[in-house]
Amino acid sequence: MRLSHLSLVDFRSYAGLELALEAGVGVLVGPNGQGKTNVIEAIGYLANQGSHRVAQDAPLVRAGAERAVVRGAVRHEDRTAMIELEINPGRSNRARLNRAPVNRPRDVLGYLRTVLFAPEDLALVKGDPAERRRFLDELLVARAPRYAGVRADYERALKQRNALLKSASMMRRAARGGQVPDLSTLDVWDAHLAKAGAHLLAARLELLRALSPLADKAYGTIAGHPGAMLEYRPSCPLDPHVRDGGDTVGVAPAPDPMGRGRRREVDELEAALAVALSRSRAEEVERGVTLVGPHRDDVLFAIDHGGGALPAKTYASHGESWSFALAVKLASYDLLRSDGIEPVLLLDDVFAELDTARRTHLAAVAASAEQVLITAAVDADVPPELDGVRYRVAKGSVTRGDTVT
Amino acid sequence: MGRDAARGAVLAVYEGVVQDLIDELGRLPNIGPKSAQRIAFHLLQADPVDVRRLADVLVRVKETVRFCELCGNVASAARCRVCLDPRRDPTVLCVVEESKDVVAIERTREFRGRYHVLGGAISPIDGVGPDDLRIRELMTRLADGSVTELILATDPNLEGEATATYLARLVKPLTADGALRITRLASGLPVGGDLEYADEVTLGRAFEGRRSLDV
Repeated sequence: MRLSHLSLVDFRSYAGLELALEAGVGVLVGPNGQGKTNVIEAIGYLANQGSHRVAQDAPLVRAGAERAVVRGAVRHEDRTAMIELEINPGRSNRARLNRAPVNRPRDVLGYLRTVLFAPEDLALVKGDPAERRRFLDELLVARAPRYAGVRADYERALKQRNALLKSASMMRRAARGGQVPDLSTLDVWDAHLAKAGAHLLAARLELLRALSPLADKAYGTIAGHPGAMLEYRPSCPLDPHVRDGGDTVGVAPAPDPMGRGRRREVDELEAALAVALSRSRAEEVERGVTLVGPHRDDVLFAIDHGGGALPAKTYASHGESWSFALAVKLASYDLLRSDGIEPVLLLDDVFAELDTARRTHLAAVAASAEQVLITAAVDADVPPELDGVRYRVAKGSVTRGDTVT
Repeated sequence: MGRDAARGAVLAVYEGVVQDLIDELGRLPNIGPKSAQRIAFHLLQADPVDVRRLADVLVRVKETVRFCELCGNVASAARCRVCLDPRRDPTVLCVVEESKDVVAIERTREFRGRYHVLGGAISPIDGVGPDDLRIRELMTRLADGSVTELILATDPNLEGEATATYLARLVKPLTADGALRITRLASGLPVGGDLEYADEVTLGRAFEGRRSLDV
């Protein structure tokens, strides 16, 4: 797929932008602070409905404006879809598909798929668990948009349960532990949280099983030796044979037209979550917050040089951390590609961060993409094998320059 | 933030009774500060007779309309129209969140039983727990054993589902001897719709609730 047109209204530094884009390589060139990354961020927002730079939407809207609009024409095979997002900070966004309003913004997820490489990727290895959860969940939604609904259900149930726990814990404190607060509805929220959580968890585990070997392969190519491992670290014990997941190798899968095997995994995870919630209940009531579940899980990034796996967060050098982050992103690109739809590749200021070997590898992948958009301060930052259209970015405007061959 | 600023700007402009009117209108559901201002100025320019009629009906509705002492539905007497109707089947009870849900079900003319209006759904975020709903009254109605089917018709969203689950667990002891059956409204595909336009959650539910076709 490719993005054939992008238009912005009051997005970041752009009062208005109309930009026609072509297949192949496109490079946004311009000095720092002119708005190159804003274009990449807007395209990423169109695909994921979230920014890779900020958690809140308010900074995305140009100072003084009330809302921002991002519109894109996505070409896949011989069809074009027009997606439009109206970003309303503090209120719900609105979306249109082919000019017709849709019920919920998440209904337009999946029409544009992107994989973004940015300096912020280092946080996948070095940052908090929240970074890794967000990466997994975004990839999950990119592959199957229905998981946006599953995530929303889980977050809603979590919010309700936390509200109940918080009021219970405040009552307890007010009564100095004497009076037992009314927790008759907690069982109900536990059940709903476990159900939504199990769906999310099953999907994350399945995703990681597909992603992990691809990340190891990519790491081997970039770093020169294999040994990258991704391992799900749940906040509570899951059923043992679910956690090992991979040891069904060699067993021919039975015909499963209604997805009963998958259903069984979800049921087992639901039971495991329900047990974990009941075990941690006393502490949760004390602290007024939900302590177990997918919102507290992590993914361990580990490197094994032959002497046993070590956590990359604490043991990897800066260069190894970059290789790891790059490998995970490349794996997600491979995975989306293997589903049959070429994602749009976005490279935001990454070449300056990488050494020659990593640059060469990433450039080779980028050269093979159906469409790749790259930002660079000067032309010299872009590896020579990436010929293509140059766009000059200056003071919130973008003009098409020459095609470099 | 922009919205709060807009609200502040609207609030600061008017004084006295005009501002009081805008504030009161702004407290109504789905009415923001801009709409409140528009309605207030409409009322200021309207014929005094029309405004008087609106004011009268507002006062009268609060004075005369009550809630049915049995089911909690809106009523103009101690009991509502459905509870007073001797043709309604007293063995089937349908639990809904609001009076407007009763109206929706009545429009189908399919249901001949009686209702119980909870007055909302369990939602800790909004501070609504079981004690804030008419659940004790429901248990009292079920105590004499005359009801044989309890239909849980709360909304098919998280809060409605949670309320239904809570009620089902609470009422379960009464079902032990088979004297009471608990059912939940089916959710699935809209009639007259296309399969391809159904969202995944709805379609998934429809698969879960599939039934054998008798021919």
